[in-house]
Amino acid sequence: MIRKLIVCMSLLAAPGLVLAAGGEAHLERANIDISNEASLQRGAKYFVNYCLGCHSAKYVRYNRLALDLGLTEDQLVKNLMYTGERPFDTMDNAIPQVDSANWFGRTPPDLSLTARARGADWVYSFLKSFYIDASKPTGTNNLVLQGASMPHVLWDLQGVQKAVFRTETGPDGNPHEVFDGFELVHPGRLSPEEFDDVASDLTAFLTYISEPVQLQRQSLGIKVILFLVVLFLFAFLFKKELWKDVR
Amino acid sequence: MSTSQNEAARPAGQKQGGFNRWFNKRFPMDKMLREHITEYYASKNLNWWFVFGSLALVVLIIQIVSGIFLTMSYKPSAEEAFASVEYIMRDVNWGWLIRYMHSTGASMFFVVVYIHMFRGLMYGSYKSPRELIWIFGMFIYLALAAEAFFGYLLPWGQMSYWGAQVIVSLFGAIPVVGESLVEWIRGDYFISDITLNRFFALHVIALPLVLVGLVAVHIIALHEVGSNNPDGIEIKEKKGPDGIPLDGVPFHPYHTAKDLVAFVAFAIVFVAIVFFAPEMGGYFLEHANFEAADPLKTPEHIAPVWYFTPFYAILRAVPDKLGGVILMGAAMILLFFLPWLDRSPVKSVRYRGWMFKLALTVFVVSFFVLGFLGTRPATGVYTTLARVFTVLYFAFFLLMPIYTKLDKTKPVPERVTYHD
Repeated sequence: MIRKLIVCMSLLAAPGLVLAAGGEAHLERANIDISNEASLQRGAKYFVNYCLGCHSAKYVRYNRLALDLGLTEDQLVKNLMYTGERPFDTMDNAIPQVDSANWFGRTPPDLSLTARARGADWVYSFLKSFYIDASKPTGTNNLVLQGASMPHVLWDLQGVQKAVFRTETGPDGNPHEVFDGFELVHPGRLSPEEFDDVASDLTAFLTYISEPVQLQRQSLGIKVILFLVVLFLFAFLFKKELWKDVR
Repeated sequence: MSTSQNEAARPAGQKQGGFNRWFNKRFPMDKMLREHITEYYASKNLNWWFVFGSLALVVLIIQIVSGIFLTMSYKPSAEEAFASVEYIMRDVNWGWLIRYMHSTGASMFFVVVYIHMFRGLMYGSYKSPRELIWIFGMFIYLALAAEAFFGYLLPWGQMSYWGAQVIVSLFGAIPVVGESLVEWIRGDYFISDITLNRFFALHVIALPLVLVGLVAVHIIALHEVGSNNPDGIEIKEKKGPDGIPLDGVPFHPYHTAKDLVAFVAFAIVFVAIVFFAPEMGGYFLEHANFEAADPLKTPEHIAPVWYFTPFYAILRAVPDKLGGVILMGAAMILLFFLPWLDRSPVKSVRYRGWMFKLALTVFVVSFFVLGFLGTRPATGVYTTLARVFTVLYFAFFLLMPIYTKLDKTKPVPERVTYHD
């Protein structure tokens, strides 16, 4: 009987299991660990130094960062807050929207939910995929987001790379340009491995701010499920006892 | 001591005290509890497929309660809706839990209802004398679909916006009045703040009222004729000298105890999703919906939430827009006619022949395949597959009068049986 119940209940999860498929090609896997506090702290540091000038994270409160990343309010104000906000403020950017729209062609998007909408792999790959493109006003293009209006902000860390394409005949018989890898033209301050770590930390931070509660919900979930398993045992034994004479 | 008729009907040893007696003279509480709970007899051999009706009621309650709390912090305006959902997720105490319960509840409602309907198909629960239960149930399904559709606009994400845009524009396919009808539904020339406000009104008050009313009617009709069972036998035809069906046990405590087991098992699945996979890989909460609605930016790929994808696949399988809309409508409406399409003398799949079993299997497979195809872009081989399985989906209904009549049935036993 209990086996049948399990079969019935496992059907409840069917849509997710059956449909779990898909995903974008060409993205590099982001090897991030949200539970790594040091990585999130480094990510926060890079974020306020390199991203927050133009991008906002308007749903994120500074003091929530302090709470979740294990910082005191003093550490928070000294290390992550530069423009006189108060700890309970949200992470707004310094650049006026009208100006940024004029300078870049569009307002830099808010980054609170980018990792949730696009996925960590997308963010990680995007950060690593700027390459020289003289036809663009910024001098760079991005393989993940073609025609991106954002300049290569991390150039001084990563260095400058060019994209190498080779020509291949596609299934339709026509020649296609296929991406064949990046080539570092001008090294940056960091080695490629060190830069990968920076991109990982930033991706981890963006993933965290896209859903701050993900740091807590699993541990709470385990407790709730344990309670329910015990309750199930009692409910099941009670039912068994009650029904034993029915046949 | 005087004995009223009311008291005589009570089991020995349960005397009515002062307040209870006063109350029951004015409101039939005891009578209703007896009729619907303690002296409502359901077959003793009900298996676990029969718990999904109770579970659907549980999910309805979860949705109403979590919905009330969401409404306290949600702002139904195009300017503020998206931000207010993020406010709930980040700043409201336990707001994330309430929101995930509501979003998970929406999908689990359909999971539970689809299984509940499948059980009805398997055991012929729609057949005489339960035609009205089935029809009320179908109305519940339609109201639920409308409720889910209106609710999906409220977070005001990209998929909310463009999903609503696609579905509302379907009405435009109706000849002559189509375009004005679409404008009337939206209340504007595009999906706007006005649309959001009216969808909010429909989602939080109109359809919940309709749903609760229909559920009451569904249960009243059920308790009038009695629950079906895996053998498809009418247990009321074999009663003991006390007038109680021989194969029946009281709903309470027997079936309530059993439903409690099912409820806890369901709760484990439910909270596992809420706490560990609230997005369910992008199928319960679509990734693109974490981007605020932008009327000027159409997403590359618009897919409805998984519970509508079988019908969406049918819609897209037809090259003509009006034809697609008609076929999609027919895919739902045909279910209403099941009681009269099925000509078999037996109810349960246990006593039917190979034809019905094959037809039911093909139908379920078609539903799953169409559901998958509805999530994919409608290109090449996917469109061809969608057409094949649309034909199979409709064949289940349209050929039913033939194969259920030709099918060789087995003799139905006098009394209910056990299969474990």
